[in-house]
Amino acid sequence: MTKRVVITGLGVVSPNGADIAQFTQAIRNGLSGIKHDPQLEQLLFSCQIAGKPVIDESRILQYFTPLEIRNLESTGIVYGVIAGMDAWKDAGLEPAAAETPDWESGTIFGTGTSGIDKFRNAVYKLDNLQIRKLGSTVVAQTMASGISAYLAGKLGLGNQVTTNSSACATGTESILMAYERIKTGQATIMLAGSTSDSGPYIWAGFDAMKVCTYKYNDAPEKGSRPMSETASGFVPGSGAGAMVLESLESALARGAKVYGEILGGHLNSGGQRGTGTMTAPNPLAVQRCIAMALKTSGIRPDEIDLINGHLTATSKDTLEIQNWVTALGRSGKDFPYINSIKGMIGHCISAAGSIECVASVLQLDGGFIFPNINCEDLHPEIAALVDPERIPGFCLDKKINILAKASFGFGDVNACLILKKYDHG
Amino acid sequence: MDREVLIAAIKEIAAPYTEDKTALDTINEDTDFIKDLKINSANLVDIVLDLEEKFGIEIDNDSMAKMLDVKSTVEVIEAKLAAHDRK
Repeated sequence: MTKRVVITGLGVVSPNGADIAQFTQAIRNGLSGIKHDPQLEQLLFSCQIAGKPVIDESRILQYFTPLEIRNLESTGIVYGVIAGMDAWKDAGLEPAAAETPDWESGTIFGTGTSGIDKFRNAVYKLDNLQIRKLGSTVVAQTMASGISAYLAGKLGLGNQVTTNSSACATGTESILMAYERIKTGQATIMLAGSTSDSGPYIWAGFDAMKVCTYKYNDAPEKGSRPMSETASGFVPGSGAGAMVLESLESALARGAKVYGEILGGHLNSGGQRGTGTMTAPNPLAVQRCIAMALKTSGIRPDEIDLINGHLTATSKDTLEIQNWVTALGRSGKDFPYINSIKGMIGHCISAAGSIECVASVLQLDGGFIFPNINCEDLHPEIAALVDPERIPGFCLDKKINILAKASFGFGDVNACLILKKYDHG
Repeated sequence: MDREVLIAAIKEIAAPYTEDKTALDTINEDTDFIKDLKINSANLVDIVLDLEEKFGIEIDNDSMAKMLDVKSTVEVIEAKLAAHDRK
């Protein structure tokens, strides 16, 4: 007997809103969080614009002890802890009591790397023969599982505590893995999400690959242009998204607010076969991932009201749309609504999936479709596949029943999640 | 340097690492960092680094291993300061 799984808490640290209230307001109004970044300019990046969450020191003090703040150089851990603890609180949950962990609650909180600035400074000390000056927190801040370890300690989680990593699919994958754990009865509550460090040392590799745009350094808010004819690469971003997943029976017993239900999903890989490579998706795998997600959720393609795409603002956007058209057997006016938040916040790498899943749940719960910004010049190849009316440039108030969210990552990996509005009463 | 001054300096440096403020207030030569102040053993290395910076000394591994309570810590600092003065 499997359990139904619902979402009862949300938390987010996004470039255009560092808590749920600000973020909801921002995505409804199409507010950009992309700014010129002087550090990137100084370091001779081609792309000198980025999406970085704004968090003041006094807020950090609410989540970390003064001791933890000393030598804390992992922005990913800062974002992840804030988003994760906000989600926990939003769900009406408390940290476990001092002596006993909460055996029924765990976390799967993903990241790509951890504490890259901490790592950089440690390497410099090491090479200057100052290993004895590293201090005690290099490991905790630079181990990939640092974020899940920090969260578990703050909340007293006693079920599975781990970190997943699958490039830009990480955040969507974490939610699906946490869903499976509750569905199969191995946990009652799971904190799922993902985070990504900020700054030049995390973004440099992408800049060097020339996958980021260099054409909008003097117009930052125009730079991230998913599905646009003038899209010229993604804008790097950072932050964290988190959600509390819970068995429906536990949520009802607690009288918790239910934001939506996870019906199912699928994870797969194109195996870097066919046209799939380290950096390019195998279309057959993407289509299969979407089709399998629908199948496991018991949903027909015509039931999907809204797609929240991966859509990074590179030349691959058209291919993604083609994959949705093929997988769903829907096109033109029959295609579901589709949007991408990356026009507002850029591509938040390992945090992208979770921030976008939070945005998806907010749309389901709030009955709206956030606008696609910077898409006033829709790519003609996309317009040939999908009626432009299905790619709204302004916020639509609309009841959404079923939403499909997909994320794709380097390594030819895919994740697709099917969310349903929860019908109260 | 006066022992009282040294203990006061150790108290100040240990403060952020302990949540037991009562034990910190009554710190004396017999206070054990882990048993009495309930400091996480991983943080002992941070305390040693803070002491090195405060007193301008360098504490070797063997000395560090002894610094589990206030008394032995005071002795190590005194010895290092004395060696420093001789140089």
